[in-house]
Amino acid sequence: MRAFTEHTGRVVPILRRDIDTDVLIRIERLIENPPDALGPFLFEAWRYLPDGSPDPAFALNQERYAGASILVAGPNFGCGSSREHAVWALDGQGIRCVIAPSFGDIFVQNCFQNGVLPVALDEAAIAEVLAELEPLDDPLLTVSLEQCAVSAPSGRRWTFVVADDRREALLQGLDEIGATLLRSDDIERFMRDDRDRRPWVHHHSGGHNAGETTVGEPK
Amino acid sequence: MAHDRTIPGRTLFDKVWDDHVVAHLGDGVDLLFVDRHLTHDLEAGPNLARLERQGRGVRRPDLTFATPDHAVASAPGRNADTNPTGGRLLRDMRRATTRFGIRMFDIGEVGQGIVHVIGPELGITNPGMLIVCSDSHTCTHGGLGALAFGVGASEATHVLATQTIKQARPRTMRVTFRGSRPVGVTAKDMVLHAIGTLGVAAGRGHAVEWAGAPIRALDAEQRMTLCNMSIEMGAKIGMIAPDDVTFEYVAGRPYTPSGGLLDRAIAYWRTLPGDESARFDREASVDISHLVPQVTWGTNPEQVIGIDGVIPDPDTEPDASRRAAQRAALEYMGLRPGEHLEGTPVDWVFIGSCANSRISDLREAAAVVRGRRVAPHVRAWVVPGSVQVQRDAEAEGLDAVFRAAGFEWREPSCSMCLAANGDTVGPGQRCVSTSNRNFVGRQGPGARTHLSSPSMAAAAAVTGTITDVRRLAGVQR
Repeated sequence: MRAFTEHTGRVVPILRRDIDTDVLIRIERLIENPPDALGPFLFEAWRYLPDGSPDPAFALNQERYAGASILVAGPNFGCGSSREHAVWALDGQGIRCVIAPSFGDIFVQNCFQNGVLPVALDEAAIAEVLAELEPLDDPLLTVSLEQCAVSAPSGRRWTFVVADDRREALLQGLDEIGATLLRSDDIERFMRDDRDRRPWVHHHSGGHNAGETTVGEPK
Repeated sequence: MAHDRTIPGRTLFDKVWDDHVVAHLGDGVDLLFVDRHLTHDLEAGPNLARLERQGRGVRRPDLTFATPDHAVASAPGRNADTNPTGGRLLRDMRRATTRFGIRMFDIGEVGQGIVHVIGPELGITNPGMLIVCSDSHTCTHGGLGALAFGVGASEATHVLATQTIKQARPRTMRVTFRGSRPVGVTAKDMVLHAIGTLGVAAGRGHAVEWAGAPIRALDAEQRMTLCNMSIEMGAKIGMIAPDDVTFEYVAGRPYTPSGGLLDRAIAYWRTLPGDESARFDREASVDISHLVPQVTWGTNPEQVIGIDGVIPDPDTEPDASRRAAQRAALEYMGLRPGEHLEGTPVDWVFIGSCANSRISDLREAAAVVRGRRVAPHVRAWVVPGSVQVQRDAEAEGLDAVFRAAGFEWREPSCSMCLAANGDTVGPGQRCVSTSNRNFVGRQGPGARTHLSSPSMAAAAAVTGTITDVRRLAGVQR
């Protein structure tokens, strides 16, 4: 996985609440396109006019926010569908970090799997950040995962909290599957014990049972 | 962790979680064993291909089950290529599951259907299991007392490779229903009302247990409908304590243990309900004594009212971001504050989805439809949740009831719930849908979705407008 240590970039505010992953990426787009080609479809329903041209009223289409890599959004960002394509679409658009008061639970998991950093700041802090950036010609922020802090060009800082294991994994760009496979002995031990405790979980009747001995009861 | 099995006072969630811990990783993060991994056409091929590119194999192919549901066509007489993009995904899925030795339930075969319908139906889902699927409505399986949640593609790939998942232990929340369920009110109305009352983010960060006498009075399929929408309240896990209703539903299904093994399983399942002394991090209660059928008016499931209510006025909403969201929703939906939803003309009715496509849902809708006709301007579909549901309904003659009324009787798929297979509601068109999401563009770009129960959807089909099903003559539930 790609690491995230520190990132400085332009900030785009899309301050609606409860932005769901269906709005981040429409289902047909994720079926028709490879994961690395989803960027242009991010926020499709809001970003384009019915004729397909960019809607000038939408922040992502405005000169001030061109090339933005940090998205600031309302509470419960990324709620709804588990589609990881929502994160891939953000990534494809160049968004490396989303700052919001809260996030959908599955979306957060998906962000951490892809080196996109979800930063939870409360609404008051977000209001301060935006007020700080408003008068600037270029609304830039620096997000440091090493320091768990967001800082404005003025030097003003806001700190955030990330679970230690997530922080470590992201800082180092760890491969989570590889790390778990190092615990194969633990997994083997669990399965051995569990076969005695809950045999019906491991030896189901009627399945394919590749690699497993079936002790399914007669129907 | 403080949750030792010898210490009393654990919730249902605690007990099931604790029984799956492979290793404590510190900071409240655990490596958990996954009993069942379900996968579908949007994810199986790509995730197995990713695994193969990494040079890895499937740790326990016997614990993963696959079926095409999202992108497969629902058209009567369909084949793999009726929806060409679905056909490509289906072929990828066939190849990959064959290669890795994973059981796949293909189209035309009993067992094919919406992944959250077939798991319980086949007995793949049992109480106390930890189940994941790369689909957020995996919480449905919580209706049988499973700890089930949606994951993304990367986490699903981790499960394929290791049969485990790394998760931070969520907080716990109990939502207790009180009162008795009035006539004409369903599990769908109960959960829509709970979301409307508590909000779409109320369960964020929590595993929710749905509790109270009205929950105990629900049958197993209604419990699945209710748990299906836990994620719409922000909780990726929603559970109902297993009881005799659950065991009766689970017993006798193809993958459920039988004989002495079933007795052992039931004895274990009986230990799972939460201890009296168990404490939840958060409690909420919802009174349903005076509940009426619910219909959403907006673009998320908390934007819901009783059929006798009026659309709220954003100007009276104190929270600025909620006010803005309500205004945007009203504009998208083409509705005005202060209006009743009842009488609003509809273009489409969709009966289906992992929320409401089981045999009891189709019976509920058919009871309203019987002897009536779909309004001339309405297109109405029934999409059974599985081949088994489809065959059972046909054996009961429900398909004939729907067809005689002018409904289309279609093939099992997710269909118009999320419009992944080309089944879409047109721009600006209004659909009463038994699915679980009324998001912007969910049923197609510009589509306007009103979520309801199957009986309310059936009432809308036959009257051509959003209608209080309780007003229709002869309808008794």
